Amino acid sequence: MILDPLQQLGRAGISFFERLGRGNMFLLQTIAGVPALLWRPGLVIKQMYSVGVLTLLIILVSGLFVGMVLGLQGYNTLSDFGAEESLGVAVALALVRELGPVVTALLFAGRAGSALTAEIGLMKATEQLSGMEMMAVDPMRRVVAPRFLAGFLSMPLLAAIFSAVGVYGGFFVGVGLLGVDEGAYWSQMQASVDLHDDIYNGVIKSIVFGFVAAWIAVFEGYDTVPTSEGVSRATTRTVVHTALAVLGLDFVLTALMFGD
Amino acid sequence: MQQQTPLVQVRNLVFARGERVIFDGIDLDIARGSVTAIMGPSGTGKTTLLKLIGGQLFPQTGSIVVDGENVDKLGIKDLYKLRQRMGMMFQSGALLTDLSVFENVAFPIREHTDLPETLVRDLVLMKLQAVGLRGAAGMMPNELSGGMARRVAMARAIALDPMMVMYDEPFTGQDPISMGIVVKLIHELNTALGLTSIVVSHDVQETAAIADYIYLLSGGKVVDQGTPDSLWESASEWSQQFLNGEPDGPVAFHYPAPEFRDDLVGGGQHT
Ligand SMILES: Nc1ncnc2c1ncn2[C@@H]1O[C@H](COP(=O)(O)OP(=O)(O)OP(=O)(O)O)[C@@H](O)[C@H]1O
Ligand SMILES: [Mg+2]
Repeated sequence: MILDPLQQLGRAGISFFERLGRGNMFLLQTIAGVPALLWRPGLVIKQMYSVGVLTLLIILVSGLFVGMVLGLQGYNTLSDFGAEESLGVAVALALVRELGPVVTALLFAGRAGSALTAEIGLMKATEQLSGMEMMAVDPMRRVVAPRFLAGFLSMPLLAAIFSAVGVYGGFFVGVGLLGVDEGAYWSQMQASVDLHDDIYNGVIKSIVFGFVAAWIAVFEGYDTVPTSEGVSRATTRTVVHTALAVLGLDFVLTALMFGD
Repeated sequence: MQQQTPLVQVRNLVFARGERVIFDGIDLDIARGSVTAIMGPSGTGKTTLLKLIGGQLFPQTGSIVVDGENVDKLGIKDLYKLRQRMGMMFQSGALLTDLSVFENVAFPIREHTDLPETLVRDLVLMKLQAVGLRGAAGMMPNELSGGMARRVAMARAIALDPMMVMYDEPFTGQDPISMGIVVKLIHELNTALGLTSIVVSHDVQETAAIADYIYLLSGGKVVDQGTPDSLWESASEWSQQFLNGEPDGPVAFHYPAPEFRDDLVGGGQHT
């Protein structure tokens, strides 16, 4: 009896590592399918539309509001020290280094990742993937690889748009409503935000997040238990796992990039 | 020489899903150019057999040879090459839901050939005309009835003019007229194009009308085989019951279960 929990723990551990292994094999197969897409860019463009363009609206709206909140909060804090001129820097750094990549990845998981998982999972449950295999079309290449690549490519673009809109949100509140000097807002930002340290590192983050989010989404879909319940579970798992992975990786990356 | 050997040879096939043995050593030949029917009670593994022949599942022991190639030993490239010469109509249709009927039938053609658009169009419309659904070319799969979806799947299975077509329950859900069309179509494709066809079906009359040879499966074994006429004459009690659809006899209607009474009284375990 006393061994039962231990046994369960062991079983859970084994199935965890088994899944991890499957996930890695799956990733290799997916990446192997990517070069062939050079000859069929149409497949990727179609997916970039449904993954990227359809996520754009939520990114724009969220970016604007996050920027506005940063403007408000930043102003309240900075004005205590008479440093409201630095509002532009504060808003831009927060967005470019952290909030842009992270919030975009979280929104991406909820809007696009879950949709990718559900789509692939349903294709599996309704034997569409199986049917493709029988038509000698490899679903890894035809279905999974374009979606993975589209997700991976969309994320840095979406994060950049998020940050840009956020900067305008901060501008709107800080300069437009609270009376921060317009010239100071932009010039301080220009002077203090470093291309290499800040922008590049932010872009690297969003590339890493894009890779992980797209991988989790297509893997969960492909690995779905082919039932309605299985698809719904897989969809939830995509959102939860992506969120955890992104937040965890963000800490690691931040420590590596800015931790000295 | 090649002409004489059967297109599909299944030898001593054993296949189990977990604990449950689905095939317990079956032998089967599908002659070239013939229509071979696979019949048997629901859940005996007819669909599973087609998937084994198509190389989607792998046997525990035994071998499956299609056109001289050992399906379960082929590498992925060769397997895909072989599959280009096989068409399969899934029981569920398995149409791609984000593509129209036209695009579904065009899918294998576009994936495997570089034909110009006008030729693709002609080919697709020809196949759709054959199953009587040319008028539905612009519809989406979710707008089709079950019987229509299956006919589209059929058009797709023959899109590349394969050497062999596997039909999983092609007659289910067809009204008498389209049933007649489907039966005729399978037969005509077979004679006109020299295809080899495997038909899984429960419809005894229709199947007997076009099949050259019938295998009856049950309990993981081939219980009877022969030409339709010889099966009709068969002494086997099993065949008589199945072909005439009698409720009592050696064929169990129920999936293996504990005694019904015990289950009711004793609260048998269902997990
Ligand atoms: N994915 C699966 N996992 C476990 N068992 C399965 C799976 N698919 C099918 N089976 C089992 O395999 C057996 C054979 O299934 P199969 O679908 O081949 O039957 P069938 O002869 O085609 O039946 P039907 O005439 O109803 O289509 C069934 O008893 C079923 O319980
Ligand atoms: Mg079946």
